[in-house]
Amino acid sequence: MNIEQFPSKLLENAVTEFARLPGIGKKTALRLVLHLLKRDQDEVHRFGEAITRLKDEVMHCLLCHNISDTDTCNICSNSSRDHGLVCVVENIRDVMSIENTQQYKGVYHVLGGIISPMDGIGPSDLEIESLLKRVEEGSIREVIFALSTTMEGDSTNFYLYKKLSNNNIRITTLARGVSVGDELEFTDELTLGRSIVNRLLYENIIS
Amino acid sequence: MFIRELSVMNYKNFGEATLTFSRKLNCFIGNNGVGKTNLLDAIYYLSFCKSYFNNPDSQNVRHEQDFFALQGKYELNYKNEEIHCGFKNGQKKKIRRNKKEYERFSEHIGLLPLVMISPADAVLIQGGSEERRRFMDSVISQYDRIYLEWLVRYNRALLQRNILLKEVSGRNNIDPDIFAIWDDQLVHLGEKIHLKRTSFLKELLPVFQKYYTLISGGNEFVSLEYSSQLNEKEFSILLKESFQKDRMLQFTTTGIHKDDLDLKLGDYSIRRLGSQGQNKTYLIALKFAQFDFIRSLNNVKPILLLDDIFDKLDSGRVEEIVKLVSDDHFGQIFITDTNREHLDGILREAGGDDFRIFVVEGGTINDVIEKR
Repeated sequence: MNIEQFPSKLLENAVTEFARLPGIGKKTALRLVLHLLKRDQDEVHRFGEAITRLKDEVMHCLLCHNISDTDTCNICSNSSRDHGLVCVVENIRDVMSIENTQQYKGVYHVLGGIISPMDGIGPSDLEIESLLKRVEEGSIREVIFALSTTMEGDSTNFYLYKKLSNNNIRITTLARGVSVGDELEFTDELTLGRSIVNRLLYENIIS
Repeated sequence: MFIRELSVMNYKNFGEATLTFSRKLNCFIGNNGVGKTNLLDAIYYLSFCKSYFNNPDSQNVRHEQDFFALQGKYELNYKNEEIHCGFKNGQKKKIRRNKKEYERFSEHIGLLPLVMISPADAVLIQGGSEERRRFMDSVISQYDRIYLEWLVRYNRALLQRNILLKEVSGRNNIDPDIFAIWDDQLVHLGEKIHLKRTSFLKELLPVFQKYYTLISGGNEFVSLEYSSQLNEKEFSILLKESFQKDRMLQFTTTGIHKDDLDLKLGDYSIRRLGSQGQNKTYLIALKFAQFDFIRSLNNVKPILLLDDIFDKLDSGRVEEIVKLVSDDHFGQIFITDTNREHLDGILREAGGDDFRIFVVEGGTINDVIEKR
């Protein structure tokens, strides 16, 4: 079948729009569209509405820039969380990952990316100014860097460190080491090397 | 370690062939253009997951076919290993060890150490500095996994810095920190790479000189100097000093990506002075030194591939090389040549009867085994 020849312009439009999504090719797009055509009218309306409302109504938290339905997000407006502890992450997915651990009781700051000249992203494209302002206001004790451990992640960490280090706060970064449940034999040498250098006091682990 | 059997299918000019090798000496004889080098390249491929000649895989497929497959049966530490390598046009190539597919080729490279000496090595002398850096990097990364990781990260930081230099060209007030973050990575990694290269060349030099003296008969003095801007000054100072220049030229003018090797014959560059025979001797000595290096690190004798090695050399040097490779110091050897004279010399020298001769004729192989 020649996938370029559609019997209907409407069908073609829908397929083209679906195929714009990441990870979706033309064939998958066609399958999804034909599936939608078979569903009830109500169901398809709900689907369309969810997408338009998402774009029209979603807000970003004024404090941490996480996605939110209100001016300040659930996390930032929760008074039982530690507002003196800020975890810096690249995007919203990272917030969700850390939240899922249920180990963190502080708040977040979402940068919206990392510094990478080859992708045209410089410090001014990210929520860095707002982070500096938050810290300068004085109620923050500790900033945790939780960016990916790539070259660009490291460079962004270093940039933030340079900007933040004259404030009187603790600056920390995620531990890097052997994953839980991993056998040493299969741990990559770089990580293992780092884990040996930055080994931990055993009594701190059992407590 | 040695390869016992090689099967090729649609690789370069070969349709289908299976060869059983001697564990010591194997010779491919044939006229120009029959595919002797391609057989060596197939063996090289099984060790390094790519052709020695750096061409894309689609060009390694036999004309009018759409795939190639290579299979090697090895004996490594008294155990059998079967390596299979397949490529089909438009698909990712697959490398399997004992029927199990590798996720990353880097896991395979280094398992079956091998050194190839080929006329194409002349680019080390004639080519640009990147050829000589590639030589250093490929040897060091064979025994030092982390080195390769550093190199990849260094190049990445370099790329980012160069793009940044282009981006800010013409702008006046730039935040110095946006450069500091890349400079810091470059310095951190560059200094480590510089140290590794320094100590590697320090170890390589005496071995290289020993081999050159052996082959040349001892009347010529050769050396190999590591030339790096980092030899003179600290990298961080270099970057600071060249910053205005870098901004003007819009790329990073200083660092280990500018390193080179000064290949010298007497007091002069061999590139200017060396005859073809001297160049060739130089390269062979360098590769033999590499062989020793890998051998002592892995404690196995790498497979040695000698492509058209006797061309351009005088009979004295040929004789010395023959003597050298016949020694027990070397393991399994593959030699290509257009005539039998040299090979007969080697066979006489080697003494034993552990050898096989293959006559190659336009993509087919006739196995000729002669016993004296």
